[in-house]
Amino acid sequence: MKETIQFKLNGKSVQMSVDGERMLLWVLRTDLSQTGTKFGCGEGFCGACTVLVNNEAVRSCQLPVKNVKGKSVMTIEGLAKNGVLHSLQEAFIDHDAMQCGYCTSGMILTAYSLLLKKPHPTRQDIIQGMEDNLCRCGSHTRIVQAIQTAAGTIKGAVTK
Amino acid sequence: MKKEETRTHVLDEAGAPLALRRRDFIKLLGGGIIVCVTVGDAEALFQEQVRRQGGGMAYPADFNAYLRIGEDGRVTCFTGKIEQGQGAVTALPMMLAEDLEVPLESVDIVMGDTDLCPYDMGTFGSQTIRAFGPALRAAAAEARAVLLELAAEKLKIPIDRLQAKDGAIFDKTRPQTKVSYAELAQGKKIERHVTPKPPLKTPAEFKVMGRPIFRRDAKEKVTGKARYAGDIRLPGMLYAKILRPPAHGAKLKGIDTSAAEKVGGARVVQDGDLIAVLHEYPDVAEAALAKVKADYDLPDASLNDKNIFEHLIKVAPAGRAVAQSGNLDEGAKLAAQLFDETYLNSYVAHSSMETHTALVEFKETKATVWASTQAPFRVKDEVAQALGIAAPNVHVIMPFVGGGFGGKTRNTQAVQAARLAKIAGKPVQVAWSRADEFFYDTFRPAAVVKIKSGVSNSGQIVFWDYEVLFAGERSSQQFYNIPHHRTVVRGEWMGGGASAHPFDVGAWRAPGSNTNVFARESQIDIMAAKTGIDAVEFRLMNLTDKRMERVLKAAAEKFGWTSAKAPSGRGLGVACADYLGTYLVTMAEVEVNKETGSVQVKRVVCVQDMGVAVNPEGAKLQIEGCITMGLGYCLTEEVHFKGREVLDLNFDTYQLPRFSWLPKIEAVLLDSPDLPPSGGGEPAIINMGAVLANAVCDATGARLYQLPMTPERIKSALKPK
Repeated sequence: MKETIQFKLNGKSVQMSVDGERMLLWVLRTDLSQTGTKFGCGEGFCGACTVLVNNEAVRSCQLPVKNVKGKSVMTIEGLAKNGVLHSLQEAFIDHDAMQCGYCTSGMILTAYSLLLKKPHPTRQDIIQGMEDNLCRCGSHTRIVQAIQTAAGTIKGAVTK
Repeated sequence: MKKEETRTHVLDEAGAPLALRRRDFIKLLGGGIIVCVTVGDAEALFQEQVRRQGGGMAYPADFNAYLRIGEDGRVTCFTGKIEQGQGAVTALPMMLAEDLEVPLESVDIVMGDTDLCPYDMGTFGSQTIRAFGPALRAAAAEARAVLLELAAEKLKIPIDRLQAKDGAIFDKTRPQTKVSYAELAQGKKIERHVTPKPPLKTPAEFKVMGRPIFRRDAKEKVTGKARYAGDIRLPGMLYAKILRPPAHGAKLKGIDTSAAEKVGGARVVQDGDLIAVLHEYPDVAEAALAKVKADYDLPDASLNDKNIFEHLIKVAPAGRAVAQSGNLDEGAKLAAQLFDETYLNSYVAHSSMETHTALVEFKETKATVWASTQAPFRVKDEVAQALGIAAPNVHVIMPFVGGGFGGKTRNTQAVQAARLAKIAGKPVQVAWSRADEFFYDTFRPAAVVKIKSGVSNSGQIVFWDYEVLFAGERSSQQFYNIPHHRTVVRGEWMGGGASAHPFDVGAWRAPGSNTNVFARESQIDIMAAKTGIDAVEFRLMNLTDKRMERVLKAAAEKFGWTSAKAPSGRGLGVACADYLGTYLVTMAEVEVNKETGSVQVKRVVCVQDMGVAVNPEGAKLQIEGCITMGLGYCLTEEVHFKGREVLDLNFDTYQLPRFSWLPKIEAVLLDSPDLPPSGGGEPAIINMGAVLANAVCDATGARLYQLPMTPERIKSALKPK
């Protein structure tokens, strides 16, 4: 059943007529052309499709689009502001924290949400927070380093 | 540059049409200076290209890559190699910048586009840097020589007074007299061909190579701008979801698609064995596919992941000896202690985070393909065949690839998309679900290794009788100083006979080597332990290969290895290997929970001698990646199956390495500037099985003969016999 759904996407208001049961992942990728959010497993096991809903990291492959009504959604495309990369993005580049890059969007947004909750995470906090995001290339060591660096540079506050 | 090292139009005699094509091709490129390079035998390459294209020619086929210095001074390299995350997109421009004497920033690279790039068989086997890199450097050196000639003419200064630097040619005596490459390329149409080897720079002269450089595609990847095959959008395109049979070899008995067809906008397509639902939204296509009811006859279900090894032993083909020396019977007589062990490896999936994906647009007689593949030219041929058109009419464009590891050398998804696009009359994207990926993937083959060996009283390995079933030859040959030895290979990692495996198998990161090194280096440790000699000392006693000795000693020093009889209870392991010219030694420390059987890897040190490391930062990243990925096939990853049905459908049962598994990883590159660069994308994964099995044994006294070393297998090995 199509319904009108309104939400904020990367700071901009979106209003669309869509079947509210469809998963946010596919609405983002097809209807809204936000292809930075990736399909990896379709069942919430891998984290490639992670986006932020009201600053909470969620698996968009498991989230019906009706559930984001009136909420604020951020995808990887919304993280850099006016062409200036977020400190997490900078840190991922500086630490070479990716290979094929397919899991990277989900990794960065999961880390973002983690840093919001724990501005000064220990290594163990980072490992725990990232545990359910999979990377097949084995960039884990660099990803942990990048998050540690970003946490240091933003001095305890993730800028929105 | 000596004249005889260059050649032009070598294949013009092959026929006028080819020469014409060559001219057309070069014309397409516009002005500037173009240098074509050939890796390997030009004639063989040409024949291969003709064969693959069914006699038709798309463009000149006697070279693998070329570079162009444009009239704007930018340098572009065109190569059929692809980037799958391992950094060739960074390392190849570095090699080019080095010998051409241009800033790295002025080098662009176009990879895998089958209209723009010459034929390449595919990106696998750690070939890109090792085999292709030197040819690219040769082309760069040739281009530099051409530029020097042009500059001499333009500046009216003899060549020996000129020097190339930073994209310009200088007068050595008056550096203010100079001319840029852009100026030299203006209005020029110069084409050169080079077969290696013009003189290349020596490592002492390197300015770009050997310096750590961060990857070039990082910004696109952290901003979500990097487009993968599934991210390409065309007007009117449809998404296809494929009906997957319940098992390999299942025969369709009956099908009811009526419910699926009632889904608004859904179209069900049946083309022989290919059944799919098409829709303008992929998720709606998937929901509609779930409504298709299909009945199948299932094939014989006698094989499973437990009895597969007996079966493989039974059906293994006759062997071929790939190495032998001395006399095994005599060797056995010299032995004070004899060993006879069997090692098992399970099927393993590639599990790239991006599933196989392709988009095909078919218009009249021409097709355009965007595919996640390691072999775009293979896709070109296969799509042409599926569409019944000539290969030159297929253009494959390479988006980013979300991991390959050998799995994306097979392109079934592109053929599916082509067939569906032809029927639908619209562009069609096929993106496999995760369950599709576990079904259509070509797994690393399950394999068996049997080793009989013997040690003398003094700790010398005196004989070695090695037989590998279904993993193939790579890394099977031992490098210890053993007087009587034989290595026999029975069945390759690819194919292996139709009756051998219940599903297709294929190349998986460092094919064969993971299996072979696990077996060999486990056996070495078993012998060391039994003779009461420390595992590192035992290896040094039996090595005469100086390069391996050097790497082993460096690793022991870095790791802080101290001599002990095994099992020492410390949980330390070592393994040595060579892989296509790269030498490496890995040491690890593990902690084993004897109650649960779980293993935590605490620390891994890997020392690698890969000749010149083109991009040391990239090489270290590959080592770290190999070690982390390798934890999976050693500890949890195995494909579960019953008959020809794959039971793993997603990452809940098929467990990939996670953050909490992370050991402290130290990657060390041993400087070896006098040796040419060899590949780095694969080697460090091959030691993981043995180094962890040896460490687990050192921790607990229990020897694991089968990978993965799951908690159940460890607990079972710990039970008193």
